[in-house]
Amino acid sequence: MAKVKRIVLDVLKPHHPSALEFAKAIADQENQCNVKLTVEEVDEKTESIVLVIEGEDIQFDGIVDTIKNLGGSVHSIDGVEVEGTEASPQKE
Amino acid sequence: MIQRIRFLLNLSRAHGISRRYFFTNGYDGALTMLGLNVGFYSTGNVPTHIAINACLGAAIALFVSGLTSAYISESEERKKELVELERAMVVSLGDTEYGRATQWVPIWIALVNGFSPLLVSLFIISPLWMSQFEVYLPIPPLESTISFAFLTIFLLGLFLGKVSGTFWLWTGLRTLAIAVITCLLILTLEF
Repeated sequence: MAKVKRIVLDVLKPHHPSALEFAKAIADQENQCNVKLTVEEVDEKTESIVLVIEGEDIQFDGIVDTIKNLGGSVHSIDGVEVEGTEASPQKE
Repeated sequence: MIQRIRFLLNLSRAHGISRRYFFTNGYDGALTMLGLNVGFYSTGNVPTHIAINACLGAAIALFVSGLTSAYISESEERKKELVELERAMVVSLGDTEYGRATQWVPIWIALVNGFSPLLVSLFIISPLWMSQFEVYLPIPPLESTISFAFLTIFLLGLFLGKVSGTFWLWTGLRTLAIAVITCLLILTLEF
């Protein structure tokens, strides 16, 4: 099964938890992953962020659940990097 | 459990509010006990059990008032904030940490608001309790209770100074001065 190595998400989130706490919560959810968060726009009650998550086998559903749990919502998937695993032998 | 409460308080920015409630209602409790006991002192010959019952009645009333008023006002305020945030986010936040904070933070704040005057009052009237069990302090029970009230008010002032980062002794002395003025008012205006 293909493994997701890198994913770029456009997320809308409330001001709290802060960008640092938000990134930490996502990093804690995934095993050995690298989270890069950039605040793109700040409004009165919300902020738009771009999340770049890199790891060995990123579990997308788990990340979305964490984001939703913290009050955020995923607007779009702006980029992905997926690595295919060795194909199983075809049956004749 | 404590970490969870801390997280929800942080998420809903309720740390400052619970601290404020702790101080204001604790201060209310301390001044109420001071006023009652100064009244008993100036009246003279008030039996200890009557003083305890009157103080306990006031403490319980402050507890119930603090608990219910904070819960009602905070839960409505939190619901309003959640609705506003949901409008801005264009999603329902009921099943998120925000929704859970809206449910639990008012309970926490109500507990702080209710228990702070109750515990402060029970501490202040402890010399009266002790005298009922024939445990006596160096000074008589009513005078000890008044001293405990002054001490508590001073300590609450210190707490406030420490929180605000100002000179703690100054805030302690300021609250103590208010307590002294309250005593003088009671003694002057009493028949």
